Amino acid sequence: MFAQVLAQLALLAIAVAAVALPLSFLLAAQFDKGNVPVAKGFWSSLFGPAFGTEQNWKSYLLSALVFNLTGAGLLFLILLFQDHLPFNPLHADGLSPAQAFNIAISFMTNTDWQAYTGDETLSLLSRMAGLGAQNFLSAATGIALAFAVVRGFVREKNPSLGNFYRDAGRAVIFILLPLSVVAALFLVHEGVPQTLAASVQASAIDGGIQTIVTGPVASQVAIKVIGSNGGGYFTANGAHPFENPTPLSNFVQMVLIFALPAAFLLAFGRMVKDRRQSRSLLAASVVMFAILFVPCAHYESKANPALSGLAIDQQVSEANPGGNMEGKETRFGILGSTLWATATTATSNGATNAALDSYMPLGGLIPLFNMLLGEVVFGGVGCGLIAILVYTVLTVFIAGLLAGRTPEYLGKKIEAREITLAVVAVLLHPLCVLIPSLASLAAMPPGGEPHSLTQTLYAYASASANNGSSFASFDANTVYQNIALGLVMLAGRFGYAAPVLAIAGSLSSKRAILPSGGTFPTHGTVFVILLIGVIFLLGGLTFLPAVALGPIAEHLSLYSR
Amino acid sequence: MFQELRASIILVLGLTLLTGVAYPLLMTEAGQALFPYQANGSLVEENGSVIGSEIIAQSFTGDIYFHPRPSASAYDAANSGGSNLAPGSVKFINDVESRVEELRKPGSARLVPVDLVTSSGSGLDPDISEASARFQAPRIAEAREMSLQKVEKLIEEYTARKTLGVLGENRVNVLQINRALDRLSPETLPEMPAP
Repeated sequence: MFAQVLAQLALLAIAVAAVALPLSFLLAAQFDKGNVPVAKGFWSSLFGPAFGTEQNWKSYLLSALVFNLTGAGLLFLILLFQDHLPFNPLHADGLSPAQAFNIAISFMTNTDWQAYTGDETLSLLSRMAGLGAQNFLSAATGIALAFAVVRGFVREKNPSLGNFYRDAGRAVIFILLPLSVVAALFLVHEGVPQTLAASVQASAIDGGIQTIVTGPVASQVAIKVIGSNGGGYFTANGAHPFENPTPLSNFVQMVLIFALPAAFLLAFGRMVKDRRQSRSLLAASVVMFAILFVPCAHYESKANPALSGLAIDQQVSEANPGGNMEGKETRFGILGSTLWATATTATSNGATNAALDSYMPLGGLIPLFNMLLGEVVFGGVGCGLIAILVYTVLTVFIAGLLAGRTPEYLGKKIEAREITLAVVAVLLHPLCVLIPSLASLAAMPPGGEPHSLTQTLYAYASASANNGSSFASFDANTVYQNIALGLVMLAGRFGYAAPVLAIAGSLSSKRAILPSGGTFPTHGTVFVILLIGVIFLLGGLTFLPAVALGPIAEHLSLYSR
Repeated sequence: MFQELRASIILVLGLTLLTGVAYPLLMTEAGQALFPYQANGSLVEENGSVIGSEIIAQSFTGDIYFHPRPSASAYDAANSGGSNLAPGSVKFINDVESRVEELRKPGSARLVPVDLVTSSGSGLDPDISEASARFQAPRIAEAREMSLQKVEKLIEEYTARKTLGVLGENRVNVLQINRALDRLSPETLPEMPAP
């Protein structure tokens, strides 16, 4: 088992490196192009003056907001009126306003929480031009925000952070779209359907008629994994054989899930012209990922004690996947499922290839914990880099306090304003998870089981972290949950983007100073260990009481049977 | 603000046309041209009519067939999903217990492989583990009046191994092996009562 775990991790690391390295050159090139002032010409005459100007942090944020709300508005209208629009072969009804609001916010904020069940709820137009397009635009927003934040470290005495529209447009056309075309073709080859026929009737061999829902699945699944979106074509998401037909498609999708977040960490060193910075952020991320994956795989591959009295073979062997197979697919087995669950919650992707609700309590704690950390372990496309930079700034500050040195990072002095904003950004997440969770539990008290507490906690952690995975038996499609979760997603996305862009704006206005003997080095092993410690302590400890009442209590009662 | 709205609306509409209309439609053309079988859902046809998808589980209940894993959605390929039951929930434990009782012959010492008594994440898992196929072999051999070796040989032939020896699990596609069974002993079919 241990050898298999190592082999999986090694294979994944090699493949991710092979894809992320060339991508990091592409990212750095697009970052540099965004630094060139636009000439007044075709583009600015088409899009208007807002397109060609350099923006300070406030107008960059405003553009991001207006752009995203426009996209969400379009999606909301498509969902509401899908029964009157073309490409609706299964005659899906228009959605209720509360549900359409939730889905529009969910896909606009890169959360991709699916508050709908049934594979025939949405029309093909809603899927392609609605959800599919938002998958691209929300990922592009993440890329643009990361570019702006990095410019804060690079620029000197210059409050502008680039132009949002240019950065986002470039991200779609030069990064996300080409990658998706290649990935979608590969997925079709593996067995993912790509057709405009919405369903097929089959006369099953052993009797009965089976309605098989198909559609343009591959094009949506490609961007779902590349853009850390996670919203699937089917309710079962990545567990559905049409979304994820083979062990190889499972592996390649994981590689694509990591591709851009890892490429961002690699490109960061290039952007700030100090490659050592990339190495330390990458090392911290890899170590944290391995630390998180091992317990998840461990608890899922052990026998479920609740079934120990029955005549079941739960032992892992070459012919038997063993362990806790409830909610898992045979072709992925325990390792292919747990590696995926760890990967998609570390990276803010939120796609699922197994039912997380049916995970063992501590196996399911890992995806929950990843989201509670705020998804800093590689994190979402662009947003992952931002998250780990916020923690880096805090680590530099704490190290400065410990060693009595001036806190500075990449030649920029870290002062009270930056620290205050970083603390606001880091604290926002626990507030967005714990208070709405409590409110939901108070409004609709579930059963006394620890598992129902975990379900609610998981839902709000997923919304606030813009992850989108769920414990699926949570009753999400109510007016209350649709609205409350939608608002938490908004706060988690833009409530976080605002202080972070403000930090970038404040840093970019500063003069760069040369490192002196008093500078705490942000590369090397000491810094990596310190960074990991700060992330686990600050991110994790906040939630210890909630986690103790949920998954840990459930674990203790299950194993004391 | 007006300028922001203007830029946003034009950019959102332009990129939606590109990524939400042109991209999926072009990928459909390309997918249909390059890999038409997979692009249409890996549909299996017999005598001109579709009998299922190679990669979507369908219900098999007769003794002459390999049975797929239990499905929380009753093999409804328009309503995918798992049971989403917690590992300690009473309903889950009762479900598993009754499946075990159904599968095991009284007095048998054989343990049921775990995947055969647990429902999959999609409810449409097309595969069973190699162990679950072997577990079912004696029942099928008896119902079809075939030798056990013949069924075991078929399992051997239809077992897909782990990719690169690492990824996934050894597994048997239920639809494929059942079609192979029908080809091997078609005369058994008419004699079987409908389940």
